[in-house]
Amino acid sequence: MITSENLKQPETAFRPGDTIRVDYRVTEGNRERIQSFEGLCLARKGSGIQETFVVRKNSFGVAVERIFPLHSPKIADIKMISRGSVRQSKIYYIRQKVGKKARVKKAR
Amino acid sequence: MATAIYGRKKHMTQAFKDDGTQVSITVLEVEPNLITAVKTEEEHGYEAVQVGFEQVAASRVNKPHAGTFAKVDAPPRRNLKELRGVSGAAGATLGADVFSEGDRVHVSAASKGKGFQGTIKRHNFNRGPISHGSHNVRAPGSVGASADPARVFPGQKMPGQMGNKNVTVRNLEVVVVDAEKGELWVRGGVPGGRGAVVNIRKAGE
Repeated sequence: MITSENLKQPETAFRPGDTIRVDYRVTEGNRERIQSFEGLCLARKGSGIQETFVVRKNSFGVAVERIFPLHSPKIADIKMISRGSVRQSKIYYIRQKVGKKARVKKAR
Repeated sequence: MATAIYGRKKHMTQAFKDDGTQVSITVLEVEPNLITAVKTEEEHGYEAVQVGFEQVAASRVNKPHAGTFAKVDAPPRRNLKELRGVSGAAGATLGADVFSEGDRVHVSAASKGKGFQGTIKRHNFNRGPISHGSHNVRAPGSVGASADPARVFPGQKMPGQMGNKNVTVRNLEVVVVDAEKGELWVRGGVPGGRGAVVNIRKAGE
C-alpha cells in the first residue's frame, strides 16, 4: 500500500539545467496510460522521500511548469534528453528570458 | 477487550499510497511491552495490565521497581504504566502487531510545554491598541461583573501554564505495522515532541 523511504526508486541523476522527459501515469476513469512531460529542469528541492523537482516546457507558445514528487509511484520513468551546464542550482531566472536568451548552455 | 500499547514518538515523514497520493506519517517506536502484573475486577476493582517498556540496566532502578520485574523473572524496564481494559498474562509481551494496517487508533501524549503564557497565546484573546497612550496592550480585560456575583466564575480564561498536558488525537489510521523493527506508522500528527511517551489504543473499544 505504501512505499517507504527505503523502497524509493533508484537515484535518477539529473540536475537543474538538464532537459528531461518524465513519464507520468495518468488514470482516466479505470484506464491508466502514460503521459510524457518533456522540458527543462529548473530546480530540485527537499531531500529524502520529500524531494521534488520542477520541469518547465513550452506548450504551444504557453510556458508550463510542473512540480513532481521525485519518489512518486506515479512516475514511470525519467529520461535524460540532454545535459545542460548552469551555474545556479535553481535556474528560475530562465522565466524572465525570452527567445535565444531562454536557453541553457550544453554541457560538454 | 481493549487493545492498547505504549511507545515513543520518533519523527514525522511522508509516504506514498499505491495511487500516488502522499500521506503525512508519524513514526512511533514501539518496543514490546512486558506485562508485569494483571489487575482484576475482583481484587483491584478494575481490569488492567501493568506493563514495563524500555529495558535498562539493573543498577538504574530502585529496589521496589526491580522487584516488580523479579516477579516475572525479566530484566527491568525504565517505564512502568498501566493499560486499562487490556487482558493478558504476566510475563507475556505486547508488540506492535497488536494492531493491523488499516486500524483506527487514538494516540495520547503530553503536548509540548509552552510555559506560563498570557491570554493572547493561551486562549486566542485579542490585544488592545499599542499607541495613543493605551495601557491595555496585552491585558486580559474584564474577568466578570460587579457586586453581583462579587466573584470570578470558575473556569474563567486567564494566564497560566500552557501545554504539557495530556492531549488525545482520535481516529488516526495505522498505515504500516513493523513488529520486527518495532515501528508503527500512523497517518497525521501526534501530540508531544520527539521522544515523547505515547499511549496508542484502538478506536471504538
